[in-house]
Amino acid sequence: MHTHAVAMHMSDGLVNGPTALLFAVVAGVALAVALVRARADLDDRTAPMAGLVTAFVFAVQMINFPILPGASGHLLGGALVAILVGPWVGIVSISIVLVVQALLFADGGITALGLNITNMAVIGVLVGWLVARSLRRLAVRSKGGLVAVAFVSALVNTVIAAMGFVLEYAIGGAGGATTGTVFALMGGLHVLIGIGEGVITAATVGAVAAARPDLVYLLRGTGTPLARRSATEGIVR
Amino acid sequence: MSTSTRRRPLLFFAGFLIVSLLVAGLVSYLASPDPDGLDTVARNGCTAVTGAGGEEELQGTCIARNETDHAMSSGPLAGYAVGGAEGTTGVAGVAGVLVTVVVAGGVFLLLRRRDG
Repeated sequence: MHTHAVAMHMSDGLVNGPTALLFAVVAGVALAVALVRARADLDDRTAPMAGLVTAFVFAVQMINFPILPGASGHLLGGALVAILVGPWVGIVSISIVLVVQALLFADGGITALGLNITNMAVIGVLVGWLVARSLRRLAVRSKGGLVAVAFVSALVNTVIAAMGFVLEYAIGGAGGATTGTVFALMGGLHVLIGIGEGVITAATVGAVAAARPDLVYLLRGTGTPLARRSATEGIVR
Repeated sequence: MSTSTRRRPLLFFAGFLIVSLLVAGLVSYLASPDPDGLDTVARNGCTAVTGAGGEEELQGTCIARNETDHAMSSGPLAGYAVGGAEGTTGVAGVAGVLVTVVVAGGVFLLLRRRDG
């Protein structure tokens, strides 16, 4: 019998081969687009920031927090990277974390890499970005607004990224539970995990905005009090 | 803090890296050992039984029964431990942060625009 090891991401064998291959192609295409578009957002100042944000996501993903008796959750990081370094750099960032985890830490299967990248790097980052971008008016108004937007976009990115797995399981799941059960359990658990993700994302974005608002991608070029303060005075509350 | 980090950008970047190292190296010991959301769903319907060799086995009907062994499961940092030794999570985490910052930093510095 197979020995079950504790892992944070999808292992090999949870969906059939063709489905894993399909999502490897999806992830590959999305990553290629992200790599091309990320260039425009990377310069001497933002490139080191993006490297450090990626390492931070790796570190915080190690911290499983309790959500229910016997169940935990951890940061996915989609909204966090989207708000701090932008969606395209963000997709590359989370993908690098997932590759390092799969190759070095045996966390997340090799054949499941496309599935994990699709869910957490592509869906998670893009959904987090869409929510944050649509609420940018609120985010630029005040520090409290920015923190609230970070919380909401992180909560949504977690739940929708979890739905990525439900979709993949519905298409080619290896069996063991009905799609309805998987949908209900994934949704319920990830609302709770999303609250934790929201708190971590809000705290991190708030801390970066307090020290270096010019490094918060969502605020870039908005000419708002938060961004202006950073650009002209150099003193930020 | 804010004025000094703006005048000396390296201070902010160094602080950010130190926070990541502390989280992976120390806070990681406080992490919940319980299965995460996805793993909880995958194990739903199975009971975990400790086998003869002390390893955990899943009995029953659940998604996780389909899991196959990881190709890298015998790697030096597999399972966030150094050589599988207990209590080495923090060391593995620090190694992971350093590898990640080098790989990601390298990729992003190579990709960046270098117009004057």
